[in-house]
Amino acid sequence: MFSSAKKINFLRQTLTTLCRNNSTLVIAEHNNQKLIPSTLNTITAASSLGEVTCLVAGTQCAQVAAEVAKVKGVKKVILADNEAYKGFLPEALTPLLLAAQKQFKFSHIVAPATAFGKNVAPRLAAKLDVSPISDIIGIKDKETFVRTIYAGNAIQTLKSKDDVKVITVRGTAFEAAEVEGGAGAVEDAPACDAKNDLSQFVGQELSKSDRPELTSAGTVISGGRGMKNGENFKLLYDLADKMGAAVGASRAAVDAGFVPNDMQVGQTGKIVAPDLYVAVGISGAIQHLAGMKDSKVIVAINKDPEAPIFQVADYGIVQDLFKAVPEMTDLVSKK
Amino acid sequence: MSGFRILVGCKRVIDYAVKVRVKPDKTGVVTEGVKHSMNPFDEIAVEEAVRMKEKKLASEIIAVSCGPQQCQETLRTALAMGVDRAIHVITEPKEYESMQPIHVSKILSKIATEEKADLVIVGKQAIDDDCNQTGQMTASLLDWPQATFASKIEKSNGDLSVMREIDGGLETIKVKVPAVLTSDLRLNEPRYATLPNIMKAKKKPLVTKKPSDYGVDITPRQEIVSVEDPPVRQAGQKVESVEELVTKLKEAGLV
Repeated sequence: MFSSAKKINFLRQTLTTLCRNNSTLVIAEHNNQKLIPSTLNTITAASSLGEVTCLVAGTQCAQVAAEVAKVKGVKKVILADNEAYKGFLPEALTPLLLAAQKQFKFSHIVAPATAFGKNVAPRLAAKLDVSPISDIIGIKDKETFVRTIYAGNAIQTLKSKDDVKVITVRGTAFEAAEVEGGAGAVEDAPACDAKNDLSQFVGQELSKSDRPELTSAGTVISGGRGMKNGENFKLLYDLADKMGAAVGASRAAVDAGFVPNDMQVGQTGKIVAPDLYVAVGISGAIQHLAGMKDSKVIVAINKDPEAPIFQVADYGIVQDLFKAVPEMTDLVSKK
Repeated sequence: MSGFRILVGCKRVIDYAVKVRVKPDKTGVVTEGVKHSMNPFDEIAVEEAVRMKEKKLASEIIAVSCGPQQCQETLRTALAMGVDRAIHVITEPKEYESMQPIHVSKILSKIATEEKADLVIVGKQAIDDDCNQTGQMTASLLDWPQATFASKIEKSNGDLSVMREIDGGLETIKVKVPAVLTSDLRLNEPRYATLPNIMKAKKKPLVTKKPSDYGVDITPRQEIVSVEDPPVRQAGQKVESVEELVTKLKEAGLV
């Protein structure tokens, strides 16, 4: 028989466990019309932590909420539709997330490690007085996570001591959740003061492209300083179109103005892990490797046999890219 | 108008060009005897603050670094680039190992209030822990707006118009001052400190404080279980011709 003190303690523990019933909130990233694919990878990561609720906040985003409700593994969708969420500013979203947390007491709050997630999650964490965990690549248990440090040159496993875990997830490290098969209930977000007079969204200039999105493409072809100028990137676009690939770039190519910066692959750009990564005229600096070395197969085309990229490449060819790339485009088109 | 008072965060990190080595006992990476320098993103933050002062938008720039004794070298670099004075929040090397963005942002927000700063500018991420959190958390603690991953900052009326690097391209937001900004690589090209400026920097004020002076508890919130080498990729092969390459890719079903 328990002594009463023990009994109370046991009850309290059970209650705590119940309250923190390992329920996970996923902050969905979308553009008011469509879900951003990395949210699906985030849902997979979140599913291994507990029952998944997704928060969809935006302007006229009911359609996105319906889309999320169908994703496999999603139990509930909280919809917050308000003009104040225009531009997804963290100053407006944080009070909403705090209100949701106050009501539902999630044990984990998870967002994709994209520009959006990286912007919002730490702001929320500071309000909850917890230490956020960025860009995780693995989950050992409900409080132990794996992430990379030093541009991917070391793997850190850490145990969070905080009550609530605020996490961003590296999309390429988790499979995408299936977009069908779920039956989440959509409900309105808890009331909160949505007014934001600290910041204002002015506008966006998005790079338009018909090619697949860089972080989720099956094949990525990237160019570096060796491309010499922006016009020569056309060689890569031609090859990419034949292969259904996305086109990326090294920092050198971006800094030299060959291509816009949202194409940058690396520690400070995007992290990709396609089935095939073709590095063209890229030497392979630490910072670039950080963004692509988890690709399944890496091909390097470089005229410098000493280029560090050859140390990670599965297939390397020492040749002038201006000869090799057009030849490859030809050969690829001949099925 | 007297101009903004700007606080810049400067972290001392292993130099970006160094290939780090994981300690055999898996507790971290080897830092002793390894070249350190200012976090590249923080150099950009300092440069932006100095440019604002040169444009008479800023009146004073204060650099802050948290960490062991050697952080003072990092602060001297900032002073040589044009920062007016520096605050070193000293911690024991052992304490510093478990210090996280949450601790640094608490210290920064306290200093920002105490020094009546109008802007806090920090790098978007440190290249060692790769967290990308401190600026956002500082803004949150101060209840100031945040403009992260900034590639262009302009004053427009009383507010700041900031161009941000986002996944699909660029976006522009307006934030009210006081605000926290985090610098992306393309915000500017940091200057080199000239020798006369390095000499002058030695005379600029640098005060030393402790986290407890700001009432900040730096108890670790996370326990580092292990730090390990990433998996090594199997050595690949050189192919002689593009034809051979494409054949191999076709065999693997990749083309």
